[in-house]
Amino acid sequence: MHFDLRVRKISDQNQRPKTKDPGSKIVMKLLREILFPLIAVIAAFIVGGIIVLIIGDSPIQTYRLLIGSAFSWPDGIGYTLFYATPLIFTGLAVAVAFRCGLLNIGAEGQLYIGAFATAWVGIKLAGTSAWILLPLCCLVAIVGGAIWGGIPGLLKARFGSHEVINTIMLNFIAVALVSYFTQYHYKVPGDPILQTTTIGPTAHIARLGKFIPGLPERIPLNVAFILAIIACAFVYVLLWKTKWGYEIRATGANPSAAEYGGISIRKQIILAMAISGGLAGMVGINEVLGYRYRYYDGFSANYGFVGIAVALLGRNHPVGVFLAAILFAILLRGGIFVDAYTVHVSKDIVDMLQGIVIVFVAAEAAFRGPIKKFGLMRRAKV
Amino acid sequence: MRQIFTISLLFSTIRLATPLVLAAIGGLYSERSGVINIALEGLMLAGAFAAASITFYAHNSWIGLLAAMVAGAMVAYIIALACIRFKADQVVTGTGINIMFIGLPAVLSGALFLSSGSTPQIPKENLLPTLNHLLPSFLPQWRIITEISIISLFALIFVFITRYVLYRTPFGLRLRAVGENPEAADAAGVSVNRLRYIGVLLSGVFAGIGGAYLSIGQSSLFTRNMTAGRGFIALAALIFGKWRPVQTMLACLLFGFADALTIQLQGVPVSEGFLRSAVFVAGLLVTMFIVYQLSFIRARAVRIGIGLIIGVALGLTIGYFGVRGIGQMELPVQFIQMIPYIVTIIVLAGFIGQSRAPRALGTAYQKER
Amino acid sequence: MLELRNITKRFGDVLANDRVSFKVVPGTIHAIVGENGAGKSTAMRIAYGFYTPDGGEILINDQVRAIRTPHDAIALGVGMVHQHFMLVEPMTVAENIVLGAEPGSAASLDLRQAADEIRKLSDEFKLSVDPKAIIETLSVGQQQRVELLKALYRHAQLLILDEPTAVLTPQEVDEFFAILRRMREQGKTIVIITHKLSEVLAISDNVTVMRDGRVVGDLKTAATNAAELARLMVGREVLLRVEKPDAKAGASVLGVRDLSIVSRDGTKRVDGVSLEVRAGEIVGIAGVEGNGQTELIEALAGLIPSSHVSGEITFGGRDITRLDARKRKELGIAHVPEDRHRRGLLLDFSLAENTILGIHYRKPAVSGNGILLDERGIRQRAEQVIRDFDVRPPNPMLPARSLSGGNQQKLIIGREFELPPKLLLVSQPTRGVDIGAIEFIHRKIVAMRDGGCAVLLVSAELEEVTALADRLLVVHNGQIVGEVDPKVATSEDIGLMMTGGKRS
Repeated sequence: MHFDLRVRKISDQNQRPKTKDPGSKIVMKLLREILFPLIAVIAAFIVGGIIVLIIGDSPIQTYRLLIGSAFSWPDGIGYTLFYATPLIFTGLAVAVAFRCGLLNIGAEGQLYIGAFATAWVGIKLAGTSAWILLPLCCLVAIVGGAIWGGIPGLLKARFGSHEVINTIMLNFIAVALVSYFTQYHYKVPGDPILQTTTIGPTAHIARLGKFIPGLPERIPLNVAFILAIIACAFVYVLLWKTKWGYEIRATGANPSAAEYGGISIRKQIILAMAISGGLAGMVGINEVLGYRYRYYDGFSANYGFVGIAVALLGRNHPVGVFLAAILFAILLRGGIFVDAYTVHVSKDIVDMLQGIVIVFVAAEAAFRGPIKKFGLMRRAKV
Repeated sequence: MRQIFTISLLFSTIRLATPLVLAAIGGLYSERSGVINIALEGLMLAGAFAAASITFYAHNSWIGLLAAMVAGAMVAYIIALACIRFKADQVVTGTGINIMFIGLPAVLSGALFLSSGSTPQIPKENLLPTLNHLLPSFLPQWRIITEISIISLFALIFVFITRYVLYRTPFGLRLRAVGENPEAADAAGVSVNRLRYIGVLLSGVFAGIGGAYLSIGQSSLFTRNMTAGRGFIALAALIFGKWRPVQTMLACLLFGFADALTIQLQGVPVSEGFLRSAVFVAGLLVTMFIVYQLSFIRARAVRIGIGLIIGVALGLTIGYFGVRGIGQMELPVQFIQMIPYIVTIIVLAGFIGQSRAPRALGTAYQKER
Repeated sequence: MLELRNITKRFGDVLANDRVSFKVVPGTIHAIVGENGAGKSTAMRIAYGFYTPDGGEILINDQVRAIRTPHDAIALGVGMVHQHFMLVEPMTVAENIVLGAEPGSAASLDLRQAADEIRKLSDEFKLSVDPKAIIETLSVGQQQRVELLKALYRHAQLLILDEPTAVLTPQEVDEFFAILRRMREQGKTIVIITHKLSEVLAISDNVTVMRDGRVVGDLKTAATNAAELARLMVGREVLLRVEKPDAKAGASVLGVRDLSIVSRDGTKRVDGVSLEVRAGEIVGIAGVEGNGQTELIEALAGLIPSSHVSGEITFGGRDITRLDARKRKELGIAHVPEDRHRRGLLLDFSLAENTILGIHYRKPAVSGNGILLDERGIRQRAEQVIRDFDVRPPNPMLPARSLSGGNQQKLIIGREFELPPKLLLVSQPTRGVDIGAIEFIHRKIVAMRDGGCAVLLVSAELEEVTALADRLLVVHNGQIVGEVDPKVATSEDIGLMMTGGKRS
């Protein structure tokens, strides 16, 4: 016996090269990226329509109201874009976290902290010049959200505790905390509504009606919308054009390989969650600095949770997020109309539709390829 | 201070913990089989709504309860289908269900009852019975005990039944195997997906009962989003309880206690003595927690001991010197509201390190056939 | 007892089994040998019901049977022990054994009865194991016994064993063979899938050789020998010879002194290892997988937290034991990981993006301002790597996933070799790689050596490591048990050292 022939063990089944033409693969991939979300949305609308039918209203009329009301000028488009602004922020927030393999369910809490923080600065430093106060307020919104997002990031990086539960818990804590401060310290005395006093006039952000002819200033669409577009561009550049974005994406794609490439997984988790939180915090800019000029308790129409749907539908890409946010904003806008003009259907149908869309998109996403599983993040440490 | 720790607190705890226990035990079946169930919240809402609506029409709470179980099972079936058959991401799907059930009950109640989200009030006779009804001639001083709902008793029994089922029946063995190592179970001839379907459906049924308790047991109608996060707390309790039935129940009692305290303390002026005690306990727990994390001290008992000693010392010091001259003050309700959530985070950070989660939790079972 | 007739199975593009046919005689030990990817595991998994064949039929006791799930197979008396054990770690031995066939009623699991039956089987086949023990706490050999008991408990008459000796110590292998012989005496039929010819010749009665999904030989063991089997298995001349000039070793580059590594569960994987690699030489590490090589390389690359590592690692005289992976790479240490999918590649990213993994934060990946990625620089580098290392298809925009194993490996090697490094840590460089790429990679490794690089090469392929290394260290149980001269040492000697019988 001269030798023992040891056989090469393979770690993958695919030894032979794929024969398909690479060019057509890219086209197919793009098609799938757009097609599947579209199918999900259509399917969701069909199911929603059936439910509307069951409760006794006409689905066609309902949908016409739901969607049609968004396209009138100036109110329809103005309000739709205004509602889209917070959704863009939260959608980007969830998308960035997702790119790092993290599920940020805490955008709701993060946006509340950001909103309150910015109102607080706006109240406390009311007399300061706009040149200082405005950027400061914006910064504070971002920082406040970033801290609130960074906490679950830190907890995961240090203790390995799951960000899903922690962010949900922090949502509740944020709501309670902010409500406390509003009620006991910053409320207008004697005012039954739970809201703070107004911020100084120098902290106001201009309504877009000031610049666009034909758009009245009573419509709350404001410069924050422009900031939202800038945020989209920022996220795109960050994720795909910078080394930091490369590290975030690598961590989300394959933590073991990222670690091999010298990337600190813990740092990425904290960073991604902080950026995510910061983006969510920017909702405060739209709401406080551009609309109510004060902090109004409970102002969020589930922006944080819908942001998850927006990110999912938008495939975690800024362009997709923008489009998906518009879609959901259309639904939000339409919901109010539907409430007023139909007999049985109320604006709750919007929540219902959102939920159905998420479920369908989630099921579609399964066809796409391996979904990042949280367990892998822990296994990256030897 | 004596006002606070009365016997009514104890029974408040039981009352408030009941829906948590039901949802958490439901979640246990699902998670032990490997399917994360984030949708306990939505499932409870489904059950609550179904129970309230059907009871209103049928004038009978037991039929309402049955409706809740069916509704829970039906919604759970959708989750199971999406996650097991279509391999959808379990957390995302669950979140979708939760969002859906913020709106769906309101839509349906708008149609059925022309209301903005609540179902109409149900007369007391038709609600789920309390122990009173079983033992009507019981001594009136002990009224407070018998105000406990039958469902709470059921919940307690369910916990122990679950423990038996999980560890002493073939079904439980297979369920656990599927959640730990689905390949091994498959190799042994066990149908992985079928067991997971059952696990998820059971979670729907139990969460539905939990929801029914909320709408037709504890109150008399359904209101929009009435679960207020209980589904998530149940999940946290499950993790706290390391996915074991009795420990989970204890965790739910802890959360129920915090909740009960919230209600008790609302508007009650708080004495210096109480504040001192609270600071002491908080300081003790936090110190123990921190010291426990110091992994360079190998022996666990040593860590606990050191933590205890330092914690007592620190807590006493801060409690005595730090809390002075406050007199009587009203504790804002929001701070107390926050307590269960903060506790959950701390617990998770401290306990999840020794992860006893079912190993295959969260991953869909793929097989090349 | 078992017959496969024209079994065919496809996985996507790959034809894993191509009209496979052979018979297993009852009461014998039948070996199935072949290289990896030959299709042996696939064929047996079909027989066990894990896969359904695209064509062909299975006969049990001369009757055609439809086996669609493991449940069917078990019912027909077929049991299988897999290469990677299928045990539920936190549960007990008894629970694992009875899973799926629990004694007692549906309402009550009778574990005591289970324990009794297990003890009976234990005694009958001399497979001693404690029914109450938790699987996690058992050794590999003990776990394997549990797997065997599992099959026996289900009254298996035919036992299929997939690479059963892969992780056993030599003593355990002998005990294992004794168990097999005992089972044969009891009338059981055994099919053993293996690639170790020595074992085939030692234990089997008949042997079937497979290659590239087909059966290429069906022989009585007594009538054949290792050379013939090897030739059938591989279909070409077996020994790889690499043309390489003698090494001109220079200064010491890597120094390892008394290195010990503890894994996450507390077991010592590397125990007091010391070695030295000089510039211009290839030091090979030979050993059965699982003896600490993985941990050693990962620790040298900086991927194991320093709390788990004791000892000293020096690079060019400098102590780098506490440095992280990024700094080590900057100093000039490159690492070709053993699992290219887990560690080496971002499969969904493009080739270009994979080329900069590890250097993505500095030139040439990053432009002047230090933050933005330099797309042109990245592309240029990717094209260079693709060109120099013959990666096909040569399109840097393709996702890494779409490449074959060999090309993926070439990409990784190109990425690391182009750094250029002063020290190369290479682990299993040709695993799952086609023969053309293997030769290319070997030549490149030698070229690096000749360029003055220090190379530490770990491989489970004895041929490869003896052909490439200038000095050969043999590792067993986390320790270096000896050093041999690869030009003169025989495989027998090395094999002996690898399995614990010291020689040098």
